[in-house]
Amino acid sequence: MLIRFITLVLFLLSIATSSLAQSDPKALIDQLGKADFKQAEELIGQIAATGDPRVVPALNAFAEGDLYARKSDGAVFITKAAGADFTLIDPLSGESAGEAPKGSMVKLRINNNLRRVIRSATGGLTLLSPDRAVRLQAADAVLRSPSAENLELVEAALSKETDGEVRARMQEARAVSILISERPVDQKRAAIETVASLGGRGAISILMSAAPSLDAALKPDVDAAIARIETTQAFWDMGQNVWYGLSLGSVLLLAAIGLAITFGVMGIINMAHGEMVMLGAYSTYVVQEVIRTSAPNLFDWSLAIALPVAFLVTAAVGLVIERGVIRFLYGRPLETLLATWGVSLILQQLVRSIFGPTNQEVGNPSWMSGAFQLGQMQITWNRLWIVAFSLSIFIGLLVLMKRSAFGLQMRAVTQNRRMASSMGIRTPWVDAFTFALGSGIAGIAGVALSQIDNVSPNLGQSYIIDSFMVVVFGGVGNLWGTLVGALSLGVLNKFLEPWTGAVLGKILVLVLIILFIQKRPRGLFALKGRAVEA
Amino acid sequence: MITSFVLRALEGRIVMAVAVLAAVALAVPASNLLLSPDSALHVPTYAVSLMGKYLCYALLALALDLVWGYCGILSLGHGAFFALGGYAMGMYLMRQIGSRGVYGNPVLPDFMVFLNWKELPWFWHGFDMFWFAMLMVLLVPGLLAFVFGWFAFRSRVNGVYLSIITQAMTYALMLAFFRNDMGFGGNNGLTDYKDILGFSVQADGTRAVLFALSALMLALCLVLASAITRSKFGKVLVGVRDAESRVRFLGFRVENIKLFTFVVSAMMAGIAGALFVPQVGIINPGEFAPANSIEVVVWTAVGGRGTLIGPIIGAVLVNGGKSFFTGAFPELWLYALGALFIGVTLFLPKGIVGTVQSGLAARRAMKAAARAEASGNDDRAPSQVQAAE
Repeated sequence: MLIRFITLVLFLLSIATSSLAQSDPKALIDQLGKADFKQAEELIGQIAATGDPRVVPALNAFAEGDLYARKSDGAVFITKAAGADFTLIDPLSGESAGEAPKGSMVKLRINNNLRRVIRSATGGLTLLSPDRAVRLQAADAVLRSPSAENLELVEAALSKETDGEVRARMQEARAVSILISERPVDQKRAAIETVASLGGRGAISILMSAAPSLDAALKPDVDAAIARIETTQAFWDMGQNVWYGLSLGSVLLLAAIGLAITFGVMGIINMAHGEMVMLGAYSTYVVQEVIRTSAPNLFDWSLAIALPVAFLVTAAVGLVIERGVIRFLYGRPLETLLATWGVSLILQQLVRSIFGPTNQEVGNPSWMSGAFQLGQMQITWNRLWIVAFSLSIFIGLLVLMKRSAFGLQMRAVTQNRRMASSMGIRTPWVDAFTFALGSGIAGIAGVALSQIDNVSPNLGQSYIIDSFMVVVFGGVGNLWGTLVGALSLGVLNKFLEPWTGAVLGKILVLVLIILFIQKRPRGLFALKGRAVEA
Repeated sequence: MITSFVLRALEGRIVMAVAVLAAVALAVPASNLLLSPDSALHVPTYAVSLMGKYLCYALLALALDLVWGYCGILSLGHGAFFALGGYAMGMYLMRQIGSRGVYGNPVLPDFMVFLNWKELPWFWHGFDMFWFAMLMVLLVPGLLAFVFGWFAFRSRVNGVYLSIITQAMTYALMLAFFRNDMGFGGNNGLTDYKDILGFSVQADGTRAVLFALSALMLALCLVLASAITRSKFGKVLVGVRDAESRVRFLGFRVENIKLFTFVVSAMMAGIAGALFVPQVGIINPGEFAPANSIEVVVWTAVGGRGTLIGPIIGAVLVNGGKSFFTGAFPELWLYALGALFIGVTLFLPKGIVGTVQSGLAARRAMKAAARAEASGNDDRAPSQVQAAE
């Protein structure tokens, strides 16, 4: 009887000491040194329950396998290898505690289960950090891997939180945790609403994974929430597709807009158009190379410098082609096609001889790399710039055509050459400069395309058919037609892709264009009147 | 009636060309098979295959000349018909491999076994029979041309627009044939042929026979094309080329005339492709590349469009030049080809044969004028000069 009593007293005493130890994180961490996996799991819970943010480094070190116990007294330290010795770091204060030979330390064993426990424990602990960014990160961590144990911590943190954004994130984290906890139904119902308002595929998977363990009464709520998320998700997906489509469309617009002048306005079937784009891309490459070697700090400006260079280079080449070849072939469109194809072969081989057949490295300036999030959409900066760039080229060209004297002469010559000539316009020079303008714009397009495509001698070949399709589809002789044609083909392509795959989608678009031309041989926006037959 | 149709075709130049082709068809294989390799006149087997390839290209150029030179349809997609004929032949040759493939499957070609396909796709059935494959060589390009032309000519798509959509057609086909799912071997195409009608495709004898067949088929198609162009129908055809609206107003169904010529031309291109494949030993989607079709146009232009003989000469010359250049100065070939494109369009718009012809005609007219002047009857001469030009 007495023995029993003594045992009881000893037992109570041991509980008292252990509960006393509980408030002391240092002691708890030292206990980790002797614990097996199961005990360690409990201990981690107790360490986390102290709510002391100082324990986070120690737990992290444990997860990394850097936590060692000293053989002599069982004290636990964070260690760093320093030659044959360890540098010991006090797990709580983070101060150095001298050095010890490696042989005198025992590593605390860790497994994946413990790592997971540690992750959720530290996630909860850093919620209380004084640093706003750390709290936000911690809330995100809980959001990603929620656990019911963290719930109280999250709520505690929430009650103290004042920052709006962090608070919102913590509320979401709380909702996600509630779903897998033992909380009453009405709290869970509110949590479902909160999760549903999160939106995105992540919210769907949270609800899906929580659904089996939920009360049957909540089933309709979950289903409704999932359906609602899916609706908004479909909306965002559509937005993303439209964006991809516009982005592809603006690439097509860039490639085609020079052709809209040479082919659309002048009626020259310029098969060397793609090579003008290619020359523009190579101009960018050369400009960047010069900048790299002579003025590296200007690199972010390289594209701005490349634009006029590419325009002048390709416009000059275009001028030579027009004066040297094309002017002898006006009125013979099919012969022009062959001759310009010959020009394109020569230009390709020329570039291959000078720069070699392999792809050249063209860098992205810093303001063009990276991405940002718009709702559920991912938008990359370079695509955004290209969309903006192609639209501004389009507008600039439109203004030039409609508002400038040169544009007026250009239109006069294409509409009635003899009349224009009688009015004193030097039609041969207008022809030459119009062709140079079209080529120069192709060159500018090359600068932009060098950012998203491989710069190789074959660059132009991959755009030539698409460009012709856009111009023919949009309607020859009409800049607006080219814009609408390019953007609608881009969007159509991207909407077909999920159903058919990229290649088949492209084939379908080509077939659709072929059929469309049967229906409307002069494109979407056909010119009307006498000019048509000319 | 048929005899008169054919007889009319046999104008002097055509007879000469057919005779030359027949002589080549006999002489080249004979020298390859009968003469000893040391003989100066011996033609090595690789050269036989190479020349056989040129003859196939010549047939393709002839087919293009029929639509471009006589009907004014500049097709930038004739390579597609050529490739389709080639694929039909390639499918027959693949089926002939049988269990000798790497995977030893008696029915499925190697690439299907590799893709883990269990049975033959429906469109591969029947290609184990030679007659069926030959029928398809004609029908598949013919049908594509018919459907394409039916839509295009009825809605009066012509000139540049037609050229561009034919280019889009061959481009779309190229993309399609590059896909593995299409069941035509994807990127690698069809290759590793073993035999044709029981004869090994590698054997000298088979190659010689294929060469002779190419030459004879070219001669046959030349006679056919000549018969078509020299018939009453051919006159209308030229009318369509030169003044389409006028022919339409005269009551002809222009779209039917164009459609017929386009389909015949596509079938010829298909035959050329079918003869090409066993001699080269491979067909892959690269043959659909738009650049190839444009190159065919330059062969025709160099030789002289609208002359039937010209494209044959052009194809042989340009391809001979290509073989020489790519062997001797590989860097220079594209410069030479590009310069050829520009030079021919600028300085030789009628092509070699056309220029020679008009040169001869001008000389004849001058002689006639001189004779007329000598006989004192000078009012007929100017009109003759004009007619000759």
